[in-house]
Amino acid sequence: MLEVTDITFAYSTLRAVPQRVLDDVSLQVQRGSVVGLLGPNGSGKTTLLKIIAGVLKAPSGRVAIDGQAIEQLTRRDLARRLAVVPQETQTTFDFTVMDMVLMGRYPHLGAFQLEGASDQAIARDALAATGTAAFEARPFATLSGGEMQRIVIASALAQASDMLLLDEPTAALDLGYQFEITALLRRLNRERGTTMIVSTHDLNLAAALCERVVLLKQGRVIAHGTTEETLTAANIRLLYDIDADVQYHPRAGHLTVVPVGRSR
Amino acid sequence: MAWTVAGFGTLAAAAVLLAPLVGSTRIHLGAAFDRSIPYADNIDAQIFFVARLPRVLAAALVGSALAMSGVVFQALLRNPLASPDTLGVSAGAALGAMMAITFNLDFSLLGISAVPLASFAGSLGALTIVYGLSTARRRGTSALVLLLGGVTVQALLSAVIAFVQYLADFTQTFRNVRWLMGSLDVASYSPILAALVPMAVAWAGFATLPRMLDLISVGSESAAARGVNIERTERIALVSASLATGAAVSLAGPVSFVGIIVPHLVRLFVGADHRLVLPASALFGGSFLIGCDLVARTIIAPLELPVGIVTAIIGGPVFLWLLFRRA
Repeated sequence: MLEVTDITFAYSTLRAVPQRVLDDVSLQVQRGSVVGLLGPNGSGKTTLLKIIAGVLKAPSGRVAIDGQAIEQLTRRDLARRLAVVPQETQTTFDFTVMDMVLMGRYPHLGAFQLEGASDQAIARDALAATGTAAFEARPFATLSGGEMQRIVIASALAQASDMLLLDEPTAALDLGYQFEITALLRRLNRERGTTMIVSTHDLNLAAALCERVVLLKQGRVIAHGTTEETLTAANIRLLYDIDADVQYHPRAGHLTVVPVGRSR
Repeated sequence: MAWTVAGFGTLAAAAVLLAPLVGSTRIHLGAAFDRSIPYADNIDAQIFFVARLPRVLAAALVGSALAMSGVVFQALLRNPLASPDTLGVSAGAALGAMMAITFNLDFSLLGISAVPLASFAGSLGALTIVYGLSTARRRGTSALVLLLGGVTVQALLSAVIAFVQYLADFTQTFRNVRWLMGSLDVASYSPILAALVPMAVAWAGFATLPRMLDLISVGSESAAARGVNIERTERIALVSASLATGAAVSLAGPVSFVGIIVPHLVRLFVGADHRLVLPASALFGGSFLIGCDLVARTIIAPLELPVGIVTAIIGGPVFLWLLFRRA
């Protein structure tokens, strides 16, 4: 179980009054569950994910995995427990798909240790799990956006952690790829029991994928619960000032959100 | 891919052994290494080891140091245009070294003499300014600010270099101008030994970096999330690259373009993995500068061109070709 307790965070700036990005944020994520992190731009979703991943340090509050505070883990240990999938990945150099996926093995290898046969096997397994085995030798930069995102997810799987943090994983993708990535994440959760925290602007993605959602506004948690109870028209109005129709869609099998107009 | 690195190694070894054979007096490799002739009577050996080898070794060291610095800067800043030249690091080193030469500074620290020390101080100073600029605005370094800052600092340092030249007397100015063109005319082994100390420290730093550079070049936050200590890696990389550039510039002056084109050419052969790119660039950078110096000292013999002119004339068009290729 991942526990985030009373996290408060402000970016240090040259300006006199530091703006609080996160204000007393607490949440729990059960093992094997998929939790959505919803909120408008600047609500602190990305910052919260970075703090959970140990990339940023919060001055107050605590993040713990299975009861153990992440500060007590080494960087490598933490990376073996959870992996991060960023919104977009741009490479400066012409890495192949296999190169990219093998980078996920970094926290498992010693300083001068090369990837061995078992690392290769884990990487191939991750490629197969994301349906990208055919791309193995292709240059990463020649792939489409959706293919790239699948490779990045494969690389996170190769990290062999049981928790994934995904920061707007479908934001840069067209509808077809959005659907494909959503299906892939559902399948990984079902088949491997991978715990996921997904930040997203796509309320329908959250409805399709997440058992629970956490609503963030101006750095505060304004609601936290099961998707059915929390993703309501009232909460959407609170979050975005948008009047929305929220209904169970029998063919989709989950809630759907149709924004109707500005509220007020 | 590892055999490609071995190929670059063979090329470098051949360059070091064969380049000294070329020159105004013809000598033979076999004769130079013939131990049956006493050294005092072995003209071939004397020309090989005294007249020509120091220069070739200096070229190998300078070329490999600049190429490795280029590799490290490009990966760390996630920018294929980064190099000791474009970041102003070479200009800082040149200013430091030139001030030490012009004002006859004479001190040493840990066995390193004044010119390499001043050169390292200059390169680290320039890098600190540029790096400080890019980090001050936001958390994390912005590659664009870093490059713009580098160009600006380079222009500023060039003005200071011009000022120092203006203060120097006539013969001193002539020497300075020649030095700024980049020359490998080291005349003996002692400046090479002086540069070897900071270079050895830089090599040790570089040796720890390749895998971290792979991960950082894909994104510093995703690298951090995989367990890379970003701050420590950046510090080791920047100090090592400053040391290597400083040592190279103190030995040969600001030889341009090596740090930017060698890494790109090497990647065409070995791919993007820094565990191959870094050693291959060191080997090819050395061979490349030995080749350029061979051209510099033979093309209008008996006159010798400063090697910086040759690297710029070869490097400029190659760099433009690389730009077109990417675009």
